[in-house]
Amino acid sequence: MATVSLNSGLILAAILFVIGFVGLITRRNLIVVLACIEIMLNAAGLAFVVAGARWGRADGQVMFLFVLAMAAAEVAVGLALAIRFRQTLGRLDIDEADEMRG
Amino acid sequence: MTTLFYIAGAVAIIATIMVVTRSQLVHALLYLVISLFAVAVVFFTLGAPFVAALEVIVYAGAIMMVFVFAVMLLDVRAQKPPRIPGSAWAGPLALIVVLLAEVVYGITLQNHALAAGSVGPQQVSAALFGPYVLGVELASMLLLAALIGARHIAAEPMDAPAGEAGAGAASAAAGLDEAPDAPPAPEGVQG
Amino acid sequence: MLHLLWLIPALPLAGFVLLTLLNRRLSRTAAAVIGAGSVGLAAIVAILVSASFMLSPPAGHHFHQVLWTWFDTGGLRPQVAFYLDAMTVVFILVITFVGFLIHLYSTEFMEHDEGFTRFFMYMNLFVASMLVLVLADNLLLLYLGWEGVGMCSYFLIAFWQKDTQNVYCGRKAFIITRIGDTAMIVGLFLLFTHYHTLEIQALMQAIAATPAGAAVVVAAAWLLLGGAVGKSAQLPLQTWLPDAMAGPTPVSALIHAATMVTAGVYLIARTFSLYTAAPDVRLAVAIIGTVTLLYAGFSALTQKDIKRSLAYSTVSQIGYMFLALGVAGWDAGIFHFMTHAFFKALLFLGAGVIIEALADEHDIFKMGGLRRELPVVFWTFTIGAASLAALPLVTAGYYSKDLIISTSLGSVDGSAWLWAGAVAGALLTGIYSFRLVFVVFFGEQHTPVTRRPRWRMQTPLVVLAVLSVIGGFVWLPDWMGGWKPVEHFLSTALPATDAGGWAFGLGEATIVEIVSLSGIGIAYLLWIRRRDATAVFAARPAPDALERYWRAGWGFDVLYEYVFVVPVKWFAHLARNDLVEPVVKGIAGVNVLAWRGLSASQNGLLRLYIAVAGAGLAVIIAVVVLR
Repeated sequence: MATVSLNSGLILAAILFVIGFVGLITRRNLIVVLACIEIMLNAAGLAFVVAGARWGRADGQVMFLFVLAMAAAEVAVGLALAIRFRQTLGRLDIDEADEMRG
Repeated sequence: MTTLFYIAGAVAIIATIMVVTRSQLVHALLYLVISLFAVAVVFFTLGAPFVAALEVIVYAGAIMMVFVFAVMLLDVRAQKPPRIPGSAWAGPLALIVVLLAEVVYGITLQNHALAAGSVGPQQVSAALFGPYVLGVELASMLLLAALIGARHIAAEPMDAPAGEAGAGAASAAAGLDEAPDAPPAPEGVQG
Repeated sequence: MLHLLWLIPALPLAGFVLLTLLNRRLSRTAAAVIGAGSVGLAAIVAILVSASFMLSPPAGHHFHQVLWTWFDTGGLRPQVAFYLDAMTVVFILVITFVGFLIHLYSTEFMEHDEGFTRFFMYMNLFVASMLVLVLADNLLLLYLGWEGVGMCSYFLIAFWQKDTQNVYCGRKAFIITRIGDTAMIVGLFLLFTHYHTLEIQALMQAIAATPAGAAVVVAAAWLLLGGAVGKSAQLPLQTWLPDAMAGPTPVSALIHAATMVTAGVYLIARTFSLYTAAPDVRLAVAIIGTVTLLYAGFSALTQKDIKRSLAYSTVSQIGYMFLALGVAGWDAGIFHFMTHAFFKALLFLGAGVIIEALADEHDIFKMGGLRRELPVVFWTFTIGAASLAALPLVTAGYYSKDLIISTSLGSVDGSAWLWAGAVAGALLTGIYSFRLVFVVFFGEQHTPVTRRPRWRMQTPLVVLAVLSVIGGFVWLPDWMGGWKPVEHFLSTALPATDAGGWAFGLGEATIVEIVSLSGIGIAYLLWIRRRDATAVFAARPAPDALERYWRAGWGFDVLYEYVFVVPVKWFAHLARNDLVEPVVKGIAGVNVLAWRGLSASQNGLLRLYIAVAGAGLAVIIAVVVLR
């Protein structure tokens, strides 16, 4: 099969990452924010896999696995926090949590 | 293969943009699922079938399910959420355009072709049980910590409706390893 | 007797000290006794000293009394010492005697004023300073007296200080004379640097030994002339004297007519060697004098305020004195000083009586017809005006002014231009002085008389009137017999004038007499006979504009305002902040700005923090990628 070039994969990863980032700093709904974090992690993992495919080795995929495990753990804790957040502040707007100002 | 790569890539990008811009929460989550599927196809075109499968099973399957459960538990009202004004995107867009431009520039400073052939599950597993076995053990501990942490954080003093969320997360990650048994919680957890 | 010299300035100074210390506890009478009495005693001592000096003159015709050494540093060792010679005698007699008359007058003039004691305090200090000035044997002590009289002049002009306008007039006087004083002190520095002494007699001898036209001599002469011009209100520093009339009338009489303004004349006469050695500067003195006397004559002609008219007249007469000094007629200048003191003080005191009588009315066109109401004032004022106008043969002013006019042509430094200017000035003097007499005392009365003078105001008027008549008989011109004891007296102190020019005879004298009489006649015509026609003519646009221009002192105030005052005020406004202040404020301002910026970034919004981290990431990547 004709192969993709390294740059195409990396650029795809970069685009996905950046889209996730813009969503992160623009959206105020906490769940959407967590989803954007997932997007960014996914994009990072894609970059790893592309890098591994460049050399034809398994290391990239292994890294992707670890990233996946970490993402899962993070989602678990993050959503637990989201529940707490909702219970305390009544809404899922992250702008409400601004007591760390000053 | 390359055309498949480009098509899947385009779908992923469009779906991700939709995730970020939808005002309805559930719509955003569904678009995320589509994006993850598209990325799995991309993995496949890159010659990494194992992670393509993993992407679907774990990411699109388990993690997104956790999201959906959370949305269900959070009892988000179905009223029309407010639209985000267009002017709110201006600053962030400027920032990411700069960021993207310089990253793309850095990437395109050199180019290589990817290696032909796919790296199958055997190779990955050999690597996992070989040089990366320590990482695997650590990942499992991480998951344990996350499980316990999530359960404690989400639990209310009276009842713990989030215990299932923790259990759901644990089971989602348990596809890799032996499932760590959930430690008994001293306070009044659901039986 | 001569050793009592030091008492002459000491007595008024003691009066000043007493009045200052006992200010609140003194009754009016006590203050008057101390104030006028100290000057009176000084006058008596002065008469005794002068008599002793004249009858049994000491060796060399001068007397030197050293009191103590002022200080001794860097080669400068001025002493507090007094020097008496013929010129000084004239000055101290005039200062103390006329001063005493004015103090006596003031005890009645100021009797209703709440600042009665304060007035005499300043007046005594003034008399003491003026006496120190004329008696000083070195230029530094003279400068002390010079500054003292300037200070007292300021205090006394601004005496009624509740009205800030008076204070401004005092300030103006002080600042303008200050300009002259600065020139003078620089001149003193120059003289000391070159001759290493400021003692006047030693200095005069050293200068006489210097070749004529040497740079230091010329420079010092110019600088001292600057001081004299400021103090004596000659062009271009004359603008303060008309405004100085804001002070009480006795102040105007004593300070701004008889004594302080003549300090410049004294200075130039005292340092005559300096001016003999710098003929160009002497010519400048004469020219300044002539131009000023004409300038002030025109201005005096148009004034409505009686005191301002007399003030311009003073400026004009001092111009005559400067003219005399400029053509090396030293003794003629001193003689005119003496007669001028008599009649000018008389005129001012008379004006004061009129102003008080008409309840503080200064405008002469609101007066009128007073010759029946105030007869004593009328006769004395008229005598004074006649002396001012140099009415021939019977007034003191005639003899002194005639002497100056003849010297302006007859001296070796004289010239026809100067003579013509002096004669034209005499015509103007006649016109404006009798304008005052005719407008104030004749015609119909516009303001009623509410307060009449009593003996303390009338006696000085009479005494001064007598002096204004007989004071000139001590120096008769040659064609009248030439009895001139004053000239012989003064020749012991001042050099004689080189009469190298025109030989002065009866013909020239007649011109002067005709001129002064015609001046009086013109005044009679304009303001008695055809008063209405004069008023109509003056109301026409061109004469009216000219009159306003002359009345405003030929626009000097406006000129100085725009050339000096406005730029200085603008610059002061510009520089009102310290230069360092914006820098310091700027540092603080930058800090505040940074604080505001940083505070705004600490708003607790997570999204903002992430965005900023992303921006930092962009920067780092840029650095890495682009390097």
